[in-house]
Amino acid sequence: MGRALAVIIWILTLLSVSLFFIDKWWFPTAISSHAAALDRQFLITIIVVGLAFTAAQVGLGYMVWKYREDADRSRATYTHGSSKLEVIWTVVTAIIFIGLAVMGQSVWASLRFNDAPPGSYQVEVVAQQFQWNFHYPGTDRVFGRTDPNLIDDSGLNFIGLDEADPNAKDDAVHTVLAIPSGRPVELLLRSKDVIHNIWVPQLRFKQDLVPGMVIRVHFTANTPGKYELACAELCGQLHFQMKSYLLVLPDDELGALTALPQDQFQTRMTELLAKYKLPAQN
Amino acid sequence: MSGETHEAVHRHPAPTGFIRKYIFSLDHKVIGIQYIMLALVAVLVGMTMSVLMRMNLSWPGTNWPILGTLFPGGAPDGMMTPEFYLSLVTMHGTIMVFFVLTTAPQGGFGNYFLPIQIGAEDMAFPVLNMLSFWVTLVGFIVILAAIFFSGADSTVGPIGGWTGYAPLSALPNAGPGQGMGMNLWIISIAIFCVGSLLGALNFITTLLNMRTRGMSLMRMPLTCWAWFTTAVLALLSFPVLLGGGILLLLDRLAGTSFFIPGGLYLSGILSGTDERFPLHTGGSPILWQHLFWFFGHPEVYIAILPGMGATSHILSTFARKPVFGYRAMVFAIFAIGLLGFFVWGHHMFISGMSPYSAMTFSILTLSIGVPSAVKTFNWLGTLWGARIRFTTAMLFAIGFVSLFVAGGITGLVLGQTSLDLPMHDTYFVTAHFHLVMGVASIFGMFAATYFWFPKMFGRLMNESLGKFHFWITFIGVYCIFVPMHTMGIVGMPRRFAQFTEYEYLKTLHPLVVFVSIAAIATVLAQIVFYFNLLWSIFKGKRAGENPWDATTLEWTTASPPPHDNFAGHLPVVYRGPYEFAVPGAANDFVMQTEPEVILQAVGSGREGTSGNGHDGHRH
Amino acid sequence: MATTVTGTKTIKKGKSPVGGPRFPGGNGGGSRGRNGHNGDMSHFESSANRYRIGMWVALAAILMMFTALTSAYIVRAASSNDWRPIAMPQILLLSTALIVASSGTLELARRKLKEAFEVSFNRWLLMTTALGVAFVGSQLLAWRQLVRQGVYVGSNPHSSFFYLLTATHGVHLLGGLIALTYLRLRTRRTERDGQALAKRHAVADAVTLYWHFMDGLWIYLFLLLFFWR
Repeated sequence: MGRALAVIIWILTLLSVSLFFIDKWWFPTAISSHAAALDRQFLITIIVVGLAFTAAQVGLGYMVWKYREDADRSRATYTHGSSKLEVIWTVVTAIIFIGLAVMGQSVWASLRFNDAPPGSYQVEVVAQQFQWNFHYPGTDRVFGRTDPNLIDDSGLNFIGLDEADPNAKDDAVHTVLAIPSGRPVELLLRSKDVIHNIWVPQLRFKQDLVPGMVIRVHFTANTPGKYELACAELCGQLHFQMKSYLLVLPDDELGALTALPQDQFQTRMTELLAKYKLPAQN
Repeated sequence: MSGETHEAVHRHPAPTGFIRKYIFSLDHKVIGIQYIMLALVAVLVGMTMSVLMRMNLSWPGTNWPILGTLFPGGAPDGMMTPEFYLSLVTMHGTIMVFFVLTTAPQGGFGNYFLPIQIGAEDMAFPVLNMLSFWVTLVGFIVILAAIFFSGADSTVGPIGGWTGYAPLSALPNAGPGQGMGMNLWIISIAIFCVGSLLGALNFITTLLNMRTRGMSLMRMPLTCWAWFTTAVLALLSFPVLLGGGILLLLDRLAGTSFFIPGGLYLSGILSGTDERFPLHTGGSPILWQHLFWFFGHPEVYIAILPGMGATSHILSTFARKPVFGYRAMVFAIFAIGLLGFFVWGHHMFISGMSPYSAMTFSILTLSIGVPSAVKTFNWLGTLWGARIRFTTAMLFAIGFVSLFVAGGITGLVLGQTSLDLPMHDTYFVTAHFHLVMGVASIFGMFAATYFWFPKMFGRLMNESLGKFHFWITFIGVYCIFVPMHTMGIVGMPRRFAQFTEYEYLKTLHPLVVFVSIAAIATVLAQIVFYFNLLWSIFKGKRAGENPWDATTLEWTTASPPPHDNFAGHLPVVYRGPYEFAVPGAANDFVMQTEPEVILQAVGSGREGTSGNGHDGHRH
Repeated sequence: MATTVTGTKTIKKGKSPVGGPRFPGGNGGGSRGRNGHNGDMSHFESSANRYRIGMWVALAAILMMFTALTSAYIVRAASSNDWRPIAMPQILLLSTALIVASSGTLELARRKLKEAFEVSFNRWLLMTTALGVAFVGSQLLAWRQLVRQGVYVGSNPHSSFFYLLTATHGVHLLGGLIALTYLRLRTRRTERDGQALAKRHAVADAVTLYWHFMDGLWIYLFLLLFFWR
């Protein structure tokens, strides 16, 4: 029984660890500037995790194999423990875990402890059940005024844009997010109803959108393309369908797009969505 | 066999009549069994819901005739609607976390065995004890009512997940199932809070006040330490959930705005412009998360600590060796309990709260991994140099260690703020918490069941069926939950009714199906457990007082124990709880009540019974 | 089981059972097998201590709930600019006086009980109950006054908390009134039996502790609602 248990534990360990080596079932290729550091931190962590997992399971299997009840020994080893061992393994574990914890803050700090650099490309994001609204400020780089009282879903004014405001003249609102490649992007995140979350796996970036708050986040994307965008916080029955796309465009293409008035903006977006393909699977 | 006893002070005479003996009983043993029975029913409901979820995810768009018959609204033409799916998610989580993981380990086994293990006749407050069970049962009935009252919405309850984030949970018009079903959900949880608090009060007072002579704190079995710490966690965290629940109910019914900000626009209506959507303003959705998770994090330690205690206890018993590092284990339990109150923000890194708070929570979170690791090392230390008897209880205890490591170690990933950016709200999180709560904790309960069944019912469970149950379940849970890490890494989000919308998820479909098949097989294997349990109550092989040759106080009395546990003679304790393999002793175990170690006669060579429940047998 | 055989080495004794619990009221304190009258008394006392311990434990839970509500109060005050504290209904000053007085009368009652002046105890207990009922009455009057002014639970966040906190406190206070009634019923007969006396005193201590806590809690809530900025 002990030997069978040890073997099964070891087989399960081997199979579990192997899953993490399958290429096609790994993170998608990253497209953001902080991703390299983040992926590296993940790799370090998962290696520590894998080693600890394997060591514990191998150790457990070894114990149940070797210390099965048998005729050779009449008694187990009588010991209540070892204070020395306790101190050693507590300290070593603490160093590794807290070390990982401290290392794991640096990417977070770089993204969250400082404001977006001045001159960042700004988009206002207004989430609702069950669609994404991206508000582009246009060439004047000033957002037109929005007012909840002006929201009219059936009239297609999803974000309550005040048409009377001169700054709103060059604004555009679309369900797809278009950002530049190689420049910092600042998103101003809002919600109309419940909590949502904006997520693009390739960006290695996620943030809740909380009604009643404007949350500002920033990052830099560096690979042009089209990427799937999902909602990552349960927001209602069609949460799974709250899908959109992220378009990362070269500067000139993006500049041309954002200079367009609303109706042409829509058309151009459709063209760009057709032009760029989703990345190949791993 | 034991040393001196001292006369007990009779607190209440043995009851007569079926109702007083088995229904409205004041006896902690009966109440413990009632809690376990409640959990056994609740887990069936929870498991059924999870199978339905897996079916929907693996074979979307399939017509399931039985579903269409049972739930014509929620599954028209046998195809589950997304809201029906989400209500399954919500109710599965709520029922499992509250009515399974917070009942059986503490209210069930804790109620039954804490008084006996400390040498008391009953809990400090038997009437409160009875009340705590019945209040909990009422809570369960109310949550089941939520299933029926949601029929109009074509769901089986609310759709906000067991975490019920506001404003989705605070606005009745935010989705189907968020009306009456949501109200009943909140009320059920509030009732559960009260039941839990009554129980916690009893556990703490009993342990502090009613230990028998000689039972110092450091001579208590680790199970008692675990139940005590769990009770303290419950005492200090459930009131916060109750407070939050009351605030949520007021937001929904009384027009307050604790969690609801202004300017909301739902289904074409702006808040305050129509009677269907009353005015709310100024509230903070994040406040709900703080209140919920301040409770929610200690709650997960409430779910696992009793299992850790049982594992330590059972590993030692069947390793025929003392627990390695008893004091360290006690400190680790305290550390986990204490630190458990300071890490709740790791559920909220990207909630919009201050990133500096997030960093603090992150570092504290990884610190809590240290006492958990220490416990694991000590479990391995307990097995080192052992003479292991592979009873079913022992197999599940060993399984606990394996699964706790598997689940807990990924906390190192999720606890880091940076790594939470890709992993939050993906199946990586689902894998993590299911392995620790839904598996390791349950293995602790299985181990406790097989171990203590003979004491509770005077009969042994069938070992062959038990071992079969173990193997299928152990392999099955690995197959179900390890692949979920992979799903999370690729980017599969949680709480999605279907994955058909996203190209990048298509590659995971074979894994999704594999997990579902493993889940169905594992759930079916539990039939063996239920059968074994019920059959053995009536037909199991008779057990004596101490079939396992164990050392703690419950094994000094009859199986099952008499009404006052010790037949009027409370035991006196002379030594610690894990005196196995004492050098020179005649037997390989010395009970806590043994005043003097009987030494082995030189050359006698006898070793006593094998302690597998069969005299003289070896495995 | 092997028996001791002559010729074996010295028999190892287990640690003596002195290691009993060090908390007040743990068994094993004074009655180590000596069954004299003193030993019985301290055993009864230590057994009756569970009411005192239980009450401290219960108060910890109640305190946590009000701590949670307090933190919600503070967060909500800061989360938006719609915080407009209501004016304090003057009758709440009377409430405060009533409950402080009731704590005094109950403490008197408790001491009379310990001294076995049972008639005196009953009178002060009755007085306490009357003051407690008057307190609840004054709270309801305060509510009625606010409703007449059009201030309801949903009117603004401060009023929401006012109604919530006073209601929650009130519910717990009603529980206290039930406890006072229970205490009155339990102390009907003259008790001579040691165990019953110890239990009675412990219950009286526990109920009094609870009542004092309700008093202190009221003062705290009163200050939080009307003097915190």
